[in-house]
Amino acid sequence: MTKYLLSIYQPDGPPPATVNLERIMRDVGALTEEMQAAGAWVFAGGLHDAGSATVLRPGADDVLVTDGPFVEGKEHLGGFTVVTAPDLDAALEWGRKLARATTLPIEVRPFRH
Amino acid sequence: MAEASATDAAAVERVFTAEYGRAVAVLVRLCGDIDLAQEAVQDAFIAALERWPATGVPPAPAGWIITTARHKLIDRLRRESSREARHEEAEWLRLAAAADAGDADAGAAAWPDDRLRLIFTCCHPALALNVRVALTLRLLGGLSTAAIARAFLVPEATLAQRLARAKRKVRDARIPYRVPEDRDLPARLAAVEAVLYLVFNEGYAAAAGERFGRDDLCVEAIRLARLLQSLVPRDPEVRGLLALMLLIESRRSARVTADGDLVLLADQDRARWDPALIAEGQALVRQCLADNQPGPYQIQAAINAVHSAAATSAHTDWRQIVQLYDHLLRLTPTPIVALNRAVAVAEVDGAAAGLTLVEPLPLAGFHLFHAVRADLLRRLGRRDDAALAYEAAIAVTANDAERTFLRKRRQARD
Repeated sequence: MTKYLLSIYQPDGPPPATVNLERIMRDVGALTEEMQAAGAWVFAGGLHDAGSATVLRPGADDVLVTDGPFVEGKEHLGGFTVVTAPDLDAALEWGRKLARATTLPIEVRPFRH
Repeated sequence: MAEASATDAAAVERVFTAEYGRAVAVLVRLCGDIDLAQEAVQDAFIAALERWPATGVPPAPAGWIITTARHKLIDRLRRESSREARHEEAEWLRLAAAADAGDADAGAAAWPDDRLRLIFTCCHPALALNVRVALTLRLLGGLSTAAIARAFLVPEATLAQRLARAKRKVRDARIPYRVPEDRDLPARLAAVEAVLYLVFNEGYAAAAGERFGRDDLCVEAIRLARLLQSLVPRDPEVRGLLALMLLIESRRSARVTADGDLVLLADQDRARWDPALIAEGQALVRQCLADNQPGPYQIQAAINAVHSAAATSAHTDWRQIVQLYDHLLRLTPTPIVALNRAVAVAEVDGAAAGLTLVEPLPLAGFHLFHAVRADLLRRLGRRDDAALAYEAAIAVTANDAERTFLRKRRQARD
């Protein structure tokens, strides 16, 4: 079994009025239960927006603190789920369900250890 | 003696072309690692080159290669495990036991065909399309990295890097080595078909000869399509794809002059079409019709079969071709299909009817759009408009042979 990180990429700013947050929360909750029942769920979390991030960079003597996020852009990591799966196809199936539930793009990436 | 060894080298090469993919596929299943599998099969072919001149070609060469590759794999793992890693030692012990147990049956028939799994690994949608193409040609076709790089006009080092990265992704992300489940199979087969069709089209587009070695891609695509068809014989779209390739390939020697110039279908010397390929392609199309589960490849094959059935260009059954395009356009409503349909409509209802369909298509960046417009305008006697359209076609085409062809058409328009 391999662990996979399913990253949820979210546009910055408040969600547009067309987004039904209540329904998304319900769908994501149901998916979490499904993952747990299947023994695939390891850990998950939702993040505050990217404006709340702080970046630390190691320098010669000191570690420099700056306002984040690390990568400037219009979309940032908004949350993630870690699943364990026998292979990529199984992980992609969870990713597909997460994309439908969140209505957002999902990146699937294997853990090295 | 020298003659005999040349014969043996040719025999090794024949076995390589026919069996490399199968041997790699079996070894990937045994060791779970593409690099190790490739190295072991490579070792086995080197051993064949050394031994077959003395012993003669064995009665079951594919089985010999696979058995030898298995032993080479065990040797490799044993050498590496004597240096380090205990778990690798355990691994080769397990493999050695499996190998000894299987030694009695050296015939290739005794090995399950693993190539289908390997095809689905190579054409996995998690890999970039150009990587799928390269992996398929390298692992299943046995083409060298240099040959693939030459065919796709990328530096060999770039392609080697791309292949290495892809194999790492297969390993690290655990892209599975198996035939997909039934519910996923149609979508995954479509991805495999797309790869083979892309290989074929690359070869076809380059068949005008300005790029050496690229028309081998057509031969390779047909070989792989035949293999896929033998592995999933009941899939109508795979059959349609093979038929389409065979029917297009049958016109290869007629579609280019000795100087490398393109010849339009209507102007081709039909005596130079390959009757064996046509017969095979048409038989497959008949099977598709009998199955009655039409799909885009099958309909394109049927359109080509109608062309192949016409003794002369004037005998072409354009009404049937228009009907087939109507069907194809319903399944795949793309502007390119609409353009091809318009060409057929012009043959049935006249150039003006065709032009009405062509004009609104959003294909300004596609040279054939302008070339078709130019031809229809010429037939309507609108010479100046036709000349402008030929200019536009020449401006957007990237292929030398196409450009030469369009220049000649432009000059001949009167």
